[in-house]
Amino acid sequence: MRLQKNTLLALYSVLEFAAQPARQLSVAGIAESLRVSPHHLAKVLRSLGRAGLVDSVRGARGGYRFAGNARRVTLMDVIGLFEDIGAPRPRTRRGRRPAEQALEQVLREIDDTARATFGSVTLDTMLKLIGRRDGRG
Amino acid sequence: MSSVKRRRGATGERPRLRVRSAGPADLAEVIAIDARATGLAKPEYWAGILRRYGRRGARRRFLVAEAGARIVGYIVGEVRDWEFGSPACGWVFGIGVRPDMREAGVGAALLKAITAAFRRLGVATVRTLIARDNQLVLSFFRSQGMMAAPVIPLEKDIG
Repeated sequence: MRLQKNTLLALYSVLEFAAQPARQLSVAGIAESLRVSPHHLAKVLRSLGRAGLVDSVRGARGGYRFAGNARRVTLMDVIGLFEDIGAPRPRTRRGRRPAEQALEQVLREIDDTARATFGSVTLDTMLKLIGRRDGRG
Repeated sequence: MSSVKRRRGATGERPRLRVRSAGPADLAEVIAIDARATGLAKPEYWAGILRRYGRRGARRRFLVAEAGARIVGYIVGEVRDWEFGSPACGWVFGIGVRPDMREAGVGAALLKAITAAFRRLGVATVRTLIARDNQLVLSFFRSQGMMAAPVIPLEKDIG
């Protein structure tokens, strides 16, 4: 399973915000830690803002702050803002052959499992998982 | 089995939880908790569970969480050998918490208690099986550190 670059940036960013919910973080600071341009990251953060997951703070020391509930927001809530896992695939001009339909059924099984997995992992659970890995490292 | 002071539940109370083995007097409340979650009361099923799991059989556990005078949650499981080809491990196949006591640590206390019992029985892994669309319970088990097991459940329509 591969996620698109913007989806990954959104996930890493929102986890960064959720780990420090009281702090406002600058776009430049997060962009530097994620090694992307602030301009590119700003677009991603605007999408998170429109979804109510982060609040923007204006001004010279402006930035973003976490605005969601880490125990409720799931990875799927974030991923769904940027890509559609399991979107119906386009039909061929003549309709689908049995082999295509069978393969579609298997691919849908994989998509369903991916959606259920992403939908069951909250940001809070991810932060615990990161903490355990951090402790191990 | 264990008694722990918990943070406030949704009702604003501060319950002191006690996790212990289930008995006949607990059954009505367990059935009610399950019925609220599934929309179906199953008195005969639960009577059977109590018969088979309620007596602290060697490898079976049916535990309830008590807060004050009421039952606020339950958990059922057992240690099974070579189930699906796997070495002995603990299986949790039923858990329920009163809706007004969610996020008050009831499920975590129940899972901790049954996990401790499994550990005493010599197993190092605990497993469960959850419907893919049951996001509430899936999220709970995930929050307790459970990850996908190296097994894939399969089924076939034989109707």
